[in-house]
Amino acid sequence: MAEPLLATAGLVKRYGGVVAVDHVTLAVERGHLHAVIGPNGAGKSTLIGLLSGEMAPGAGTIRFNGHDVTRLHVHRRARLGLARSFQVTSIFHSFGVLANVVLAVQAHAGHSFRFWRPASRDPALVEPALAALERVGLAERRHDPAATLSHGERRQLELAMALAGDPAMLLLDEPMAGMGPEDGRRMVALLESLKGERTILLVEHDMDAVFQLADRISVLVYGAVIASGRPDDIRADAEVRRAYLGEAA
Amino acid sequence: MAPAPELRRRLALAVLLLAALALPPVLAALGQGYYVGFAARVLIMAMAALSLDLVMGLGGMVSFGHAAFLGIGAYVVGIGSWHVFEGVPLPFGLAGSENALVVWPLAMLAAGLAALGIGAVSLRTTGIHFIMITLAFAQMLFYLAGGLKTYGGDDGITLYSRSSLGGLNLSDPFTFYYLCLGLLAAVLAAFLRLADSRFGMVLKGVRDNERRMRALGFPTYRYKLAAFTLSGAVCGLAGALLANASEFAGPAYMGWQRSGELLVMVVLGGMGSLVGAVLGAAALLILEEALAGLTQHWQLLLGALLLLLALSARRGLWGWLGGGGRHG
Repeated sequence: MAEPLLATAGLVKRYGGVVAVDHVTLAVERGHLHAVIGPNGAGKSTLIGLLSGEMAPGAGTIRFNGHDVTRLHVHRRARLGLARSFQVTSIFHSFGVLANVVLAVQAHAGHSFRFWRPASRDPALVEPALAALERVGLAERRHDPAATLSHGERRQLELAMALAGDPAMLLLDEPMAGMGPEDGRRMVALLESLKGERTILLVEHDMDAVFQLADRISVLVYGAVIASGRPDDIRADAEVRRAYLGEAA
Repeated sequence: MAPAPELRRRLALAVLLLAALALPPVLAALGQGYYVGFAARVLIMAMAALSLDLVMGLGGMVSFGHAAFLGIGAYVVGIGSWHVFEGVPLPFGLAGSENALVVWPLAMLAAGLAALGIGAVSLRTTGIHFIMITLAFAQMLFYLAGGLKTYGGDDGITLYSRSSLGGLNLSDPFTFYYLCLGLLAAVLAAFLRLADSRFGMVLKGVRDNERRMRALGFPTYRYKLAAFTLSGAVCGLAGALLANASEFAGPAYMGWQRSGELLVMVVLGGMGSLVGAVLGAAALLILEEALAGLTQHWQLLLGALLLLLALSARRGLWGWLGGGGRHG
């Protein structure tokens, strides 16, 4: 079998005496949508922080697309094709909608020590940005200030920015957080359409969405992976039910 | 066809430029020729404020030490002139120089290198820490300048003549004014262009959300450092001009009060709009001059006026004039 696109081995992160991520070994196969679930405080956000490079692990390794990225800076990992979205929406509020995505395209279009041509009129940046906006269904809002978008639309914009660099993998940190049922359904449909085309690691609280979308699920409890497998196996796993699903249901 | 706000912005810019071009003959006709020299100083401080707005308004880096670069630029001109007058060679057998084509680029180079060094350290921090570190560096340079006994110590260097520039007579206030105006206009035009370029987009992105920029794949540190260095170099050019305007270079140019003045100019004019920095410099210096002529308690009046302006025109003078707020 081919090497997984993303693989961690024995990943550990401690905060003082608390072990937030406890020897996590995880493999995300190419083309899969792999969900990570777990109760609050299970270490999901820390795991995302370690994978994206915002935090350094105390022990363990991370391999991505054939590279050891354990010690690489955030921006280097992003350039290798590891794009992320944030749990708390993270966009550029003083920019227009399109300019947000143009900036995301620009990050992957060589260096930005270019001082003269207006970026917003550069077809090499604008065309891929428009394509990403169409993909998430925000093309009609392209001329509006980003600050005027609704919460759901901001999450769509966030996803467009992640997609803009044509990444090999998406790290999505609770893309449905704070959404109403209508926006939530739209986001599920969007993720469904991305399935197979992109490798996705999805951290999400919405169990219905996770079991509907995921090819593989890993369950994180107290920082450790207690189970990993197909949705049906996870649903049937006694330990998972006891530790997590039972209390959530 | 440019959209309406863009059109209004260009119109306002054109009016400003025409007013600046017409100012010296008008002043002369009114018998107020003395003020042409003052107007040149306004243009020079506007260039310094503009350089600060590049890092502060576009890049979100609040530097409280920009006067250091102003001072370095002034000292390069002062030291070059001192060696010419005293006939003493510089180290490595270099001769002094008063040639603007030599000394002014050197002033930019020296200030730019200082900014590179200061920025390389300071930009590892953000927010209040960045403010304090830039202030600390500027104060170090302030005391260093005061300790240069050869060059007058605390008293600084008095220039015996202004820089020479081809056939131009820079001692003529009109010539000097128009030279300053030309340089300021060139810097402003270049910066306005830069603000919309890829580089400018990166700076504004860092201002809005640096964490997101890194996650997108931007190595933000090197872009910030490049902007800081460019800003320092332009401020150094302003310093070189300032030394010519006052025929003096001294530690006073580097004091924290001067750095604070530059901050006030930028905020007053409208942070991040670039044109605002020019307006802010003009407004502050003209207010100072006008109020000082009225009463010896002018600083009290100035404080009250600044308070009023800050409260009534939150996007600064440029925003208030309809030029739009920050460049975004």
